[in-house]
Amino acid sequence: MDLRFTPEEVAFRDEMRSFFRNNIPASTRERLGAGRHVGREAWVESQQILNRAGLAVPHWPVQYGGRGWSPIQLFIYNEEMLKENVPAPLPFGTHMVGPVIIAFGTEEQKAHYLPRIANMDDWWCQGFSEPGAGSDLASLKTRAVRDGDHYVINGQKTWTTLAQWANWIFVLARTNPEARKPQEGISFILVDMKTPGVTVRPIQLIDGEAEVNEVWFDDVRVPVANLVGEENRGWDCAKFLLGNERSNIARIGASKSRLKRIRELARQVPAGDGALWDDMGFRRRVNAVEVELKALEMTQLRVVAADRDHSNKPNPASSILKIKGSEIQQATTELALEMAGPFALAYHDAEHDIPEGANDLPDGFGWADTAAPEYFNYRKVSIYGGSNEIQRNIIAKMVLGF
Amino acid sequence: MDFEYSDEQRMLKDSVDRLIGPAYDDLVRRRETQKQPGGFSAELWSKYAELGLLAVNFSEEDGGFGGGPVETMVVMEAIGRGLALEPYLATVVFGGNFLRLGGTAEQRAQTIPAVADGSLKLAFAHVERQARYDLFDVRTHARKSAGGYTIEGDKSVVVHGDSADKLIVSARTSSASQRDRHGITLFLVDADTPGISRRDFPTQDGQRGASVSFGSVVVPDTAILGTLDHGGELIEQVTDIAIAAVCAEAVGAMTALHALTLDYLKTRRQFGVPIGSFQALQHKAVDMFTALEQARSMEYYAAMMATAPSHTARRAAISAAKVQINNSARFVGQTAVQLHGGIGVTMEYRAGHYFKRLTMIESLLGDTDHHMRQIDSIGSLLEAA
Repeated sequence: MDLRFTPEEVAFRDEMRSFFRNNIPASTRERLGAGRHVGREAWVESQQILNRAGLAVPHWPVQYGGRGWSPIQLFIYNEEMLKENVPAPLPFGTHMVGPVIIAFGTEEQKAHYLPRIANMDDWWCQGFSEPGAGSDLASLKTRAVRDGDHYVINGQKTWTTLAQWANWIFVLARTNPEARKPQEGISFILVDMKTPGVTVRPIQLIDGEAEVNEVWFDDVRVPVANLVGEENRGWDCAKFLLGNERSNIARIGASKSRLKRIRELARQVPAGDGALWDDMGFRRRVNAVEVELKALEMTQLRVVAADRDHSNKPNPASSILKIKGSEIQQATTELALEMAGPFALAYHDAEHDIPEGANDLPDGFGWADTAAPEYFNYRKVSIYGGSNEIQRNIIAKMVLGF
Repeated sequence: MDFEYSDEQRMLKDSVDRLIGPAYDDLVRRRETQKQPGGFSAELWSKYAELGLLAVNFSEEDGGFGGGPVETMVVMEAIGRGLALEPYLATVVFGGNFLRLGGTAEQRAQTIPAVADGSLKLAFAHVERQARYDLFDVRTHARKSAGGYTIEGDKSVVVHGDSADKLIVSARTSSASQRDRHGITLFLVDADTPGISRRDFPTQDGQRGASVSFGSVVVPDTAILGTLDHGGELIEQVTDIAIAAVCAEAVGAMTALHALTLDYLKTRRQFGVPIGSFQALQHKAVDMFTALEQARSMEYYAAMMATAPSHTARRAAISAAKVQINNSARFVGQTAVQLHGGIGVTMEYRAGHYFKRLTMIESLLGDTDHHMRQIDSIGSLLEAA
């Protein structure tokens, strides 16, 4: 047992850190670190810089542009990226549809889609959830009916993240409604969103932003060549994809970045004769979250170190990463909200540019307007990716043997 | 980065489990053991010695096995799982590390072989009524006198102080203020030295403790352990190793308690079904599991950092580990009792005994408030460690 990073791993960490600091535009990293959104262009630009350096899809097999890194190197890469506030390569491409195509796709599909995913030439979104199929995903109703060389898709997807910026969507659709079990008879299909009959309607969330969408399919004709894997075996792709989703879900680096910022800003917030940071009660709550985060980091490292042979075999500890990771992320947004205090009140409408020469904000501190929206927005993290209650059901069944 | 035990560590784990597990799997027998002198099994203690468990931390030159915090962790986890009663923490973890780190060659030669063969038991007489968890709040004093020092003062809650053959006692030797890190000296003292009186008692968790009074206890200069006036550093260093050790004991206890609770949920039937079929109880069991795994992560972290050269990094890490273990211990202990229902609050069943030991570990060597203040005094945990 030796829990230290090797000198090579430390050197690797420093290499990643300096690459991110020196190559990804500072304006992008500052915006993300301040809890502000980065636009489509900045996101694409960032991933293309990463891709040119071979850093967009290091986890893929080497023949498709991966780097053959150890799980620990991948962990370090991900964490440094989060800590340096680099927009992560679009997960719907690099961590979802990309790996599915690698595992289940044809050679033609691999040759066509994978380089475009790595370089973010396409913006992918995920067509899984439906109004009637959330935690119970297998009950989905969207239909794909074979008509010659095409599928005709009808139905509705929802909670589709950033579909308003996407030009491709991967869809789970029912191809055999007569199957014995709901999981059977589902197919995994790639859809060009410019195809006639696709409609995107943004859903405004409680932070005021439109991060997710409804996507409607009305007699959408998709070539059969866009099927990934076998017809009616899409659930295999979905399970594979959801299993991969777990790897980065704890987002430890992002919580570290937010806590560091809270420590810095709380020293500047006047309170009484000194600063908010002098308030032992507030400081203690920051410290308490940091203790939990440190424990989670060690838990994550246990999972990573146990997977040194890339077996990806289930590790009991990995199942708690989602629950604890989301709880800690939410706790950091609560601390930021409390830090902002009354100055969290002013709402900064992102749709209206701030006039030249005006103060950044109508009132309070320059950073305070992001506190409430982030807090509101982050209620999502214990809901998405399999709600924390579903996670508990999974642990109860798979780990505890109920 | 490697969380796997080495082959030697795995063998150590197997042998200590085989020794302790069966010895304490029966609560009636455990109660009989508690009635023996010192409240533990002398027979089992000599088997600890035969297996080399009492020598595990000492260097090979001193006749030990050159083990470190990971080996201590392996043994303490088994002690926690087994609810063992032997004075391992007092004699080997505290006593052994004081001798190893502070003892002169002569002191080591005189004591270490006897600790290793089980004939010499030690205890750390340190805590005082006014001190709570402040390691440097020492009122007991030692004045230079003809041929040595004269120790005066009262020590409280000396774990296994009743059965110890020698005491390691902290005393103020310079006139600095009562809570000064500097000016504290450690003495290695025969427990039957004239002037020492011990009042022993059972502890809440079924072990033994003592109050120890020092009334004009005269000891020779050679009794000093470590450097005159610089005992404070050594106390903190050894206490950090001991905190890592009790973290491991707690994880051992929580592991066993969680398994016991799962087993109960799957076998206890009400309303015609196992109560573990109810989602409300399943989710409680999952939250216990999460708390346990977070504690285990910090147990490993504490073992890694217990001997870290940087004081700041070590202080932050060990205190953070104790906070996590305390929080997890309270949650796992309380939830286990609740899920068991009535049987959980009886002395006839193991769950309650684990709960009691976990509760006492929480207030041993610094509670959550104390260690949160320590972390705060360092600055940022995430940057320090």
